[in-house]
Amino acid sequence: MPEYKLRINGASHTVNVDEDTPLLWVLRDELNLLGSKFGCGIGQCGACTVHFEGAAVRSCLIEVSTIGESEITTIEGLSEDGDHPVQKAWLEHDVPQCGYCQSGQIMNASALLAENPKPTDKEIDNAMSGNICRCGTYVRIKQAIKTASNQ
Amino acid sequence: MTKIKTQYNRRSFLKISAAAGGGMLIGFSWLTGCVSGGKTEEALAIPNEWFEINGYIKIGDTGLVTIYSPNPEIGQNVKTSMPMIVAEELDVDWNNVIVEQAPLNTGFYHNQVAGGSQSIRKGWHALRMAGATARRMLLEATAKAWGVEVAALTVSGGIIKEINGDRTMGYGDIAAQAVAMEVPEEVELKDIKDFKLISTSVKNVDGKNIVTGKPLFGLDFKREGMKLAMIQHPPAFGMKVKDFNEAEIKAMPGIKDAFIVDITVPEPGYFDEKGYQQLVAIVGDSTWQLMKAKKALKTNWEAVSELENSEDHMKRMEATLASGEMHESRKDGDPETAFKNASKVIERTYSSPFLPHNTMEPMNFFANVTETSVELIGPTQTPQALEGSVSKLLNIPIDDVTVNMTRMGGGFGRRLYVNFGVEAAAISKQIGAPVKLIYTREDDMTQGTYKPAYLTTYKAGLDENNHLIALSVKGTGLPESPVFENRFPAGTVDNYLAEKASTKTNITTGAWRAPRSHFIAGAEQSFLDEVAELAGKDPIDFRLELFEKAIKSPVGKRNDYDAERYAGVLKLVKEKSNWGSPMPGIHRGVAAYYCHNSYVAEVVDVAMEDGKPKIKKVWCAVDCGIVINRDAAVNMVQGGVVDGIGHAMYGQLTFKEGVPQQTNFNQYRLMRHSQAPEAIEVFFVENDIDPTGLGEPGLPPAIGALANALYQATGERLYHQPFSSYKPLLG
Repeated sequence: MPEYKLRINGASHTVNVDEDTPLLWVLRDELNLLGSKFGCGIGQCGACTVHFEGAAVRSCLIEVSTIGESEITTIEGLSEDGDHPVQKAWLEHDVPQCGYCQSGQIMNASALLAENPKPTDKEIDNAMSGNICRCGTYVRIKQAIKTASNQ
Repeated sequence: MTKIKTQYNRRSFLKISAAAGGGMLIGFSWLTGCVSGGKTEEALAIPNEWFEINGYIKIGDTGLVTIYSPNPEIGQNVKTSMPMIVAEELDVDWNNVIVEQAPLNTGFYHNQVAGGSQSIRKGWHALRMAGATARRMLLEATAKAWGVEVAALTVSGGIIKEINGDRTMGYGDIAAQAVAMEVPEEVELKDIKDFKLISTSVKNVDGKNIVTGKPLFGLDFKREGMKLAMIQHPPAFGMKVKDFNEAEIKAMPGIKDAFIVDITVPEPGYFDEKGYQQLVAIVGDSTWQLMKAKKALKTNWEAVSELENSEDHMKRMEATLASGEMHESRKDGDPETAFKNASKVIERTYSSPFLPHNTMEPMNFFANVTETSVELIGPTQTPQALEGSVSKLLNIPIDDVTVNMTRMGGGFGRRLYVNFGVEAAAISKQIGAPVKLIYTREDDMTQGTYKPAYLTTYKAGLDENNHLIALSVKGTGLPESPVFENRFPAGTVDNYLAEKASTKTNITTGAWRAPRSHFIAGAEQSFLDEVAELAGKDPIDFRLELFEKAIKSPVGKRNDYDAERYAGVLKLVKEKSNWGSPMPGIHRGVAAYYCHNSYVAEVVDVAMEDGKPKIKKVWCAVDCGIVINRDAAVNMVQGGVVDGIGHAMYGQLTFKEGVPQQTNFNQYRLMRHSQAPEAIEVFFVENDIDPTGLGEPGLPPAIGALANALYQATGERLYHQPFSSYKPLLG
């Protein structure tokens, strides 16, 4: 199997996997980074969202061979101790129910705010609509994004 | 204070001690990462020694307290609210509490189920008793140490004080002596007015772990030497596996084994698999290689029963309703004559399709089967049913089967059924190694165990004064009827008839959040809206009139609701939403429903934006007795509203030749951010009634309130889910 050197959460990792292996399964199976979740495998639910050079992407669709030197950030690398403004806002609004989709929601929201620090409701809807929350915490997610946007 | 008899003995505590192990289930240390869910205050130091007071409570020598949460956590937040009840009676500072998930222990806990919104209702007394018993033992140990009477002591926040003296004793300092005390035969519970923690808002104990991506879920579980496995079930209901390209699959990179596994449990129970008993199983070390092997499967299937189509489903249910085979389940008065004499008669028919549960975390389970024991770890709403099924399948005594529950990425009823856990055990047995079974989304969505499809006809008769004098409901479903004959409006109408019948199908079905209620509430509450309109009455006033009748002169002996509390939530939502004061551009609908022991009324506000309805706000009034964890209760009701609206608008699973036509989220539509209500406000009726659950009751009224609001906004009555099929307005 080919070898890949990846830059993830500021550290270098070497993995030996099939070249078409999605980043999600490299993270979960090889690197024990289990915060990025498997929900659909086709980029429709957003549970696996990570940052690729700062942009929110679906890690279930990124083949490991295409990553090269690009910097990947996962939920584990978003902050030192869960103190990213988005994570803090999530706790303040006690957003999660089951919690399974929330790392993907947080990664998408943090990428949105990095690019657009004061999004309108419509911009939040548009940016977040690729992330399904089956428990229906949408109202709280929006409130938390607004709280974080004021930090 | 209330005195209650304690119902457990020392022996039962010891069993839980052994089973609990130490809480390091998934290689993640709770002690370093989870002191009360990421509170910022300085918590007490990690104890050198722990003292188990009873199966719910362990006290460390520093005063830190561990509370075990007995029931499965699916997102309903019982892992926070159940320990809150224990902590209230124990009288300990919540900042010094660590919560751990208890394993299955039928000898000590009871009702370790996440189902029917019953965790809080059925756990209430046991949880209070556990806390109160421990508090009493700590007090008695202190009294003994100081040579005083227990009555000379008081306690608050885990510190015992002498009433007429200066001495104080921390729980941590007396815990060693407290465990040696006799378990009291009777304990005193706090007065409700003295509650300090219950009815406040406490943050989710797993909140910090969730937002930092800690491995909490079944799919995250790993064990040294563990294999991974995937299954392939038949593509169509009515099909069975014959054989597959075994040699080719086994030769694929990373594949260790492939075989057909049989999960037929002898004398199957309610939670056992009803459809697919034989599956192709593939075992390997990498999820991705397993996914590729699954794609390379060439399987021969054979049809063993009918391959059904959605268009035939509707025809079959219509035939059932038209047949003479309906079973009369309740009759009050003389409905036939009353309908004949009525000045106005209205009849409407409602339907809803099959729905998958679509938990965000697909089905999965870890199993380690040896010659003499079985270890099961993963997401299950019914650990006891799973334990029993695996014991029967593998012929291993139930005492040698252990079940530990992970946090679950949603349940909604799907994880009441145990097939995936049984499959994992069967695979582990076959390969002789620990294994984690993983479903893909497609496996999850096409496996079955769906919400049944329903068809129901309501008929109402009004007299010349627009009083409701007759009502009938006639319902069927694939395979079960949705009718609850003793629920509202039974008891409010002199002439009432309920009839039901089942319609056959081989599509497998199961409980789906608020079973039957989710459909029948929408149908009934939409119908009553139309009846109120026909009577020229305000929809809330019309309902209140009916409850007035049920309070003053109820019809029939058995009516499964309390009319005062039912009317209470309607009055509260009327007041809070300013019902009756028109707001420009806002179209409103109302509904109320009672199920799973809680009462909920909701008002949905819709505005037309760019020619399409947009849900602006939902107002909810809830009577669930004492509210345990206020903000979490609000969250639960908000989630129920979104779930109800989302599925009523978009949810639909269809079949062609037995094959589910929607297999993933590109074809199956779930509600997303942009369609969600902009705001959902929740109000509680404040009372001292023993608490009931909220996992389900928030959902059913949302569908009727939505349909009634959409009617006001568009002029179109909606009878058939999903409402998005009413194009072009709602599509």
